[in-house]
Formats: sequence, structure tokens, C-alpha cells
Amino acid sequence: MSLQFSATLARRHFDAELQVADGERVAVLGHNGSGKSTLLNILAGTLRPDSGTASLDGTRLFDLNAGHRHWLAPHARGISLMAQDPLLFPHLSVIENVAFGPRVTGASKSQAYAKAEEWLEQVGVTEFAQRRPSQLSGGQAQRVAIARALAAEPKLLLLDEPMAALDVAVAPLLRRVLGRLLQHQATVVVTHDLLDALLLSERIIVFDQGRVAESGPTDEVLRHPRTRFTARIAGLNLVRGRYADGGVRTDTGLVVQGTHRDDEVPGAGEPAAAVFAPAAVSIFAHPPEGSPRNSLPVTIIELEPRGDLVRVRGDDHHGHSLAADVTPLSVAELDLYPGREVTYSLKAAAVTIYPL
Amino acid sequence: MTMGEQARGRAPRVYSGLPRWLFVPAALGATLVVLPLFALTTRLDWTRFFELITSDSSMAALRLSLETSVASTVICIVLGVPLALVLAREQFPGQALVRTLVLLPLVLPPVVGGIALLYTFGRRGLLAPVMDLFGIQIAFSTAAVVIAQSFVALPFLVVSLEGTLRTVGRRYELVAATLGARPSTVLGRITLPLVLPGLVSAAVLSFARALGEFGATLTFAGSLQGVTRTLPLEIYLQRVTDPDAAIALSLVLIAVAVAVTLVTARISDRAIG
Amino acid sequence: MRKLCTAAAALTALALSLAGCASTPAATGTSTAGGGTTLTVFAAASMKPTFTALGTAFESTHAGVKVTFNFAGSQTLAEQIINGAAADAFASANEANMKTVTDAGLAATGAQVYATNQLTIAVPPDNPAGITSWNDLTKKGLKLVVCAPVVPCGAATEKIEQATGTTLTPVSEEQAVTDVMAKVQAGEADAGLVYQTDVIAAGETVKGIEFAESSKAINTNVIAALKDGPQAKLGQEFVDLVLSAEGQQVLKAAGFGAAD
Repeated sequence: MSLQFSATLARRHFDAELQVADGERVAVLGHNGSGKSTLLNILAGTLRPDSGTASLDGTRLFDLNAGHRHWLAPHARGISLMAQDPLLFPHLSVIENVAFGPRVTGASKSQAYAKAEEWLEQVGVTEFAQRRPSQLSGGQAQRVAIARALAAEPKLLLLDEPMAALDVAVAPLLRRVLGRLLQHQATVVVTHDLLDALLLSERIIVFDQGRVAESGPTDEVLRHPRTRFTARIAGLNLVRGRYADGGVRTDTGLVVQGTHRDDEVPGAGEPAAAVFAPAAVSIFAHPPEGSPRNSLPVTIIELEPRGDLVRVRGDDHHGHSLAADVTPLSVAELDLYPGREVTYSLKAAAVTIYPL
Repeated sequence: MTMGEQARGRAPRVYSGLPRWLFVPAALGATLVVLPLFALTTRLDWTRFFELITSDSSMAALRLSLETSVASTVICIVLGVPLALVLAREQFPGQALVRTLVLLPLVLPPVVGGIALLYTFGRRGLLAPVMDLFGIQIAFSTAAVVIAQSFVALPFLVVSLEGTLRTVGRRYELVAATLGARPSTVLGRITLPLVLPGLVSAAVLSFARALGEFGATLTFAGSLQGVTRTLPLEIYLQRVTDPDAAIALSLVLIAVAVAVTLVTARISDRAIG
Repeated sequence: MRKLCTAAAALTALALSLAGCASTPAATGTSTAGGGTTLTVFAAASMKPTFTALGTAFESTHAGVKVTFNFAGSQTLAEQIINGAAADAFASANEANMKTVTDAGLAATGAQVYATNQLTIAVPPDNPAGITSWNDLTKKGLKLVVCAPVVPCGAATEKIEQATGTTLTPVSEEQAVTDVMAKVQAGEADAGLVYQTDVIAAGETVKGIEFAESSKAINTNVIAALKDGPQAKLGQEFVDLVLSAEGQQVLKAAGFGAAD
């Protein structure tokens, strides 16, 4: 194990425990205020928890349990932080920025510069070495920030929404760069973005109200979410209940029919979940008759444009807010508006059922 | 190319949205400040100007003023930069009170400052027993002038630098720390370079304030040519017997202040641009 | 409130002159208030305690007359009178400043000496340096504070130095006698050269040590009624009061020397 961490901080309702294996990349998901930033700040050493212990590669980061007051300053932790804002030192050139880490940790000037050049090449911005940060574009600056963070050879790299401030045109390229460079780097990446999680992590931790709500391999968690929040991040609708006759029945009597994989057979009467994509939902003004479909009556809560489609959120009267993606044309033809009663219809084949 | 050509030429006039009548009190305000300075020049006997400002007493006062102001500016930097850093970056109980007290000389009448200094560093002051122990006597010495100037100038440096530090924020410092830089390294390689333009203008502000210091010096340090009689004290004294000399010296003081201010503006402009 | 109005008026004048309407400097008005008669006396700042007492005495014998004083440095007062300030009498702390007024033909009668004063040594009450005489002032390491030679008390100090052939090495040459007193009172200075009147006015806070050499520089205070004053006749009556036995009594009590 590379990182062992547990900490509580009452003022932020934070109480969490987590491990990161050697070279493992972990994505941390959660709403704003769920404790993601608190986690990063405690790890980086800029915020002190009430209690807890943490160690990284055998080095004790802090130990504040019963009577201990051990606290390692940020500079001695071997943990680099890269935020959504590149925060390049404006008074230093690009190469001086990247050489900063090696330089302050004892490397000679020539060693530091050699290493900096190497990293600039890795992120593909060697030609800007002598420029000032103010002369770079957002994407270029973020590449330099990556080079700077990695040149410090951190034992653990913290990424705080690394793509959030970038143009949608620039983010994919940078995500590739990060994906390539971080392959063997122990990383904790905090993000809102499903793509970040998919491409930059092997494991996902979902934070909710300062606690770890869900955790597991990235693919698994995103395909079979256990909480509604995770489902929402994964862009899926989630209904939880008990398995009965090829469907999931909730406590309130809602039934969603679906299919399951052969290796994931839920037992009858056992807890199970049904997930489906918003795109699989069709909306009807009146319940369609005699079709092998799930028909869920809902009241429309809101309409939200999403690219070429419109995301419709409907209340199914069983405590779920279910999303459906339809074309603007459908919205117009069906005369959809908040408050309108409609029926969500979806094929059983489009619903995946798995045991919880 | 075309963009470059467009970029040249006069800056476009941007609609300010100010009501026209506002210009009347604005102009009045500017006049209130500028007109008296102009009036001073009309009263000056230009034929004697050079003779007046090069007299022994004038030169001694000017030299003393520059020397003591430089010394007190150095003291302000050495003590004020750490003070501003602690106030801007640390959190401790009573911080607001400390800040208010430290900034008090900004609003204190200088004479009050002089009396307060007297009861601190004077022969019968609070620190007298300690100073006697080391055989230090400050009253009526140039050191007293420097202390008086530092007393009134320090808050200018602290208040202005603390503002700069808050504007720059802590984010760069935190990034530097996570890259492995020790606190002293962060201070020297990140914090101070980032606030340098602000520090320069803060130091100049302190210098200008020290240069103009009068009340506290008069009360605390006395007035003796070449030792404690700075330019403002010399002007005050000359005013009684030779108003022409007082006016000439006032202009010298104004000229020095203007020069210093302009140089700083240039420096901070360049640092920003 | 009145001061606020004056400031507002000054700003208005500034505004008007800005607009190109040159305004003439406001003349100092005759200060007649509420129908009564007002006597205006310009007197040296050192006269404040004695003349205020004499003014009250004057009012008690002249029903309906109010005496107002303008206490300031003699040079400032002389300048104001020459520039047309409405004053009925002028009491100068020295002859030089009175001379500029009499030379300008503004005095109603010749100036008369009404008081003298001379320097004395002021020391803190416990006299830490053990000063007893003029010669003690040349002691090594003594913190002596005097007036700057350009102001009258400093000129007097210099005169005694020359007459006695001594050279003093003061640690500070102050702008005004009050600054000298302040430093003695604070205990910063071991001794200061001030006027006898200042020592008396300072009460217990300092101790005065008279010295014979001070007779080498006796300062004469002179007074004259002013010709162009709005109440010139009352002005002369005030001068007479100052020179009367009653007036001399008040001055003597304050430490001034006789007028002869």
C-alpha cells in the first residue's frame, strides 16, 4: 500500500478513510461540498484534521490520534498538487517553473534544467521554455503545470479538476497527455467529469457529505452504480429494490423489467438494482397499449437542453427523478412542460439488472 | 499585420458614464491641492533660489533629511515586511486589535506620536532602565529622528504591503510548498518576488512620509543643525526670519517628493507590464 | 459652525477664481458684535495670561465694551497690522517688531516700554544635573536646550554668551520657548534657557534658577495705541491701564520686570 489515510474534521463534516496502492490512480467524485476539497487539502498538508493518521510510502504524514501531535509540513510530504488553474509562477519563465521543484529539493541548476527540459518534451511544449506564463494559452499553461508537478517526482500527485478551466477543444488532448504520463504515477484526481474518471483512474471513490459513499473499480462502479449520485455521474437512471420475476420491485410497488448478465444473477427477493440510459427512454403523452415495454407514469419536473437533445427530468411518484433524452422536435410535438403528466416507455432489453 | 496596425494609434475613447456636473467638484478638489503648491512658486524669489538652498544650514538639513529617511525606510522594510506577512498570512487571537494598533500612527497627530515616543525612549521613559543598562541615550540624537520617522512611516508600509499580499493570495505559495519548497524558500523565491512592485511603492510611500516627518521629530528629537534639524524643521525655523528661504526649501522638499513618486510609478508600471 | 462657513466661503472663492471671476481678498472686518463696542488688542503670545486678566479689568470699568485679543508672534501681528488688520492697540514682545509698525506711521503715540523680561535657567524640579549658575551650563555632558538664535529668546541667549565670553553647546536649538520648556518638563533636558515669566507660568513642573548674567540681555516689551483702529480712543485707554500701577502689579506677579 502506498497511501493509508483516515481523518475526521468536524467543522467540514468530514470523516473518511482511503487507501491508494503503489502506482494506482484513484478518481474522487462527489457534489460540491461533499468533502473532495477537504480531502485534497488534508493530504497536501494545508488543512489540519481534528484526528486521524496518514502515511505515504512508509513516511508518516500526520498522526493526530489520541495524544499524538505529529504533523508533516506540505513541503516535506512528497505530494504535488495541480489545480484547475495552472498557477504558474508569473515571475519565472516556463523552464524555471518546471525546474522549481527539483531546484528547491536540492538538485543543481544544470540537473534541474535537464529534468525540466525532459518533462517539457513529455508534455510537448519545449518551444515555450523561455516564455513567460502570461504568454501561454490555457492549454499550454496546463501542460506546463503538469510538467512542473511531475518534475518534482511526487510520491503522490493530487489533481483538482485538472480540465475544468479548459476549452472543450483542448481538454481531450490534455486528457490523453495526462493518461499517458500518469500510467504508473500514484494519483488522486478530483473531478466532476465522467471522462476524467474513465481515462485517468482505475478506481473510483464517491464522496457524499464528507464520507465515502461508494468505492470500487472504475468500470464496475460506473456500469453498476449503487447510489443515485454515482448513477447520475455515470449518466444513468437507477432504481433500487428487490428482484422478482425478471424485474426490480421497489418498496412502494414500482416494477422495472430488465435483463441481467449470466454471471450476475440476482436471487429472488434479494436486493437488486435496475439501471438504464436516458437515451433509451421514449416519452408518450398517453400510455402505449399492449407493448412489451416498461411504462412509467411521471410528472415532468424540468427540461434542460443538452447539446442536440433535451434532457427531461420526471418524477415517477416513487421517489425517483428519472432522466430521458429526447429531441427538441419531440418536446415541441408532445408539448412538454414542467408539471405535465406523461409516460416514460422503455424496452426491457435496455434495462440492466444486477444484485446489490 | 493588420492587427498590429490596428493596435497602434490613439486608444479609443470609452464611455465613462459619469454625470457632467461631477467634473466641477472634481476640478475643485484637484485645485484645492494643486493651487497652494502653485502659489508657493509665485512667492519665490528665483534670483536667490540657488543661494538660499545651498546655504550651510539648508544643505545640512537636506543631507540629514535624506540620510535619516533612507535609514528609517530600511528599518521600515526590515520590520514592516515581516509584520505585514504575519498580519496577512497568519491567524492568531487579537489579530484585528494588533492591526488597528499598528496602524494607529496613520491617524495620530504627529505631536501625540512625539509625546508617546518621549515616554517610551526618553530619559524617563518606559525603556529608560533598559537603555541605561546598555548606556544608550537616544534623546536629541539623530537616532531619535530615525525612530520618530520610522514610527510614523511604518504603518504606511505595513498597510500597503498587507493589501498587496492579500491581493496576490496564498495559492502560488501553496503550490510552491507542494513542490517541496521550504517556508523560507517560498518566501524568498515566490512571495517576495510576487509582491516586489507593491513593496517598492510601499517603501517609497514610507520614505516620503519619513521625509515629511515634522511633529514627532520636533517633540521627540529636538532641533540642532546637522544632528536633528531635518528639512521640515529647518523650513519651520526659517519661516520666522527668512520666509524666502522657507519657500525655497519647501520647493526642494516638494521636488524630492515628486521625483521619488514618479520614479516609483515607473518601476511598478514596468513590473506590471 | 462659523468656521465651517468660513471654510465654505474660502472654497467658494476658490471656485469663483477658477471660473475666472477674480475676487478681491476679503478685508478684515471690524469686529463689532451685538451693538456693543469692541476693543481689539493685538498682543504677543507671551502676554496671554496677563492681558486676559487686564482685559477683564478693563471691561469692568468700561460698561458695554468687550475686549478681544489676538495673541500671536509679534512678527506675525506686526505684519497683519501693516497689511490693514483692524487693531486698536499693539503690544510687542520686542522693539524691532514695534518699529516696523511705528515706521509705517500707524502708531497713535510713541511706543512705550511696559514690561521687561530676562532669561532664567529652567531645570526639572529635582535638578538632576545640579545646576546653580550660568557657568554650570558649560558642564560637559549636560543636556542643555535653548532657543534657536533666529528667534528672540535665542538671540538673547547668544547676546549673553558674547557678553560673558562663554560658548554653550546645547543639544537642541528650539523654535520656540515653549518647546524648550516642554523638554525640561519632560525631564529630557537637564536645563533650558527660558524667560522668568515662563518659569512662573509653569508652576511646580520646573524650577527656575536666576543668574546675574541675564541682565546682559534684557528684553523690553513695548506697547502703542494704533491710529487707524476703529476704537483708537479705547485703545489708548487700554495702554494707559497696562502702564498704570494696577497693570504693572499684574505683570510683576507674572514675572515681568518693571517698565522703567
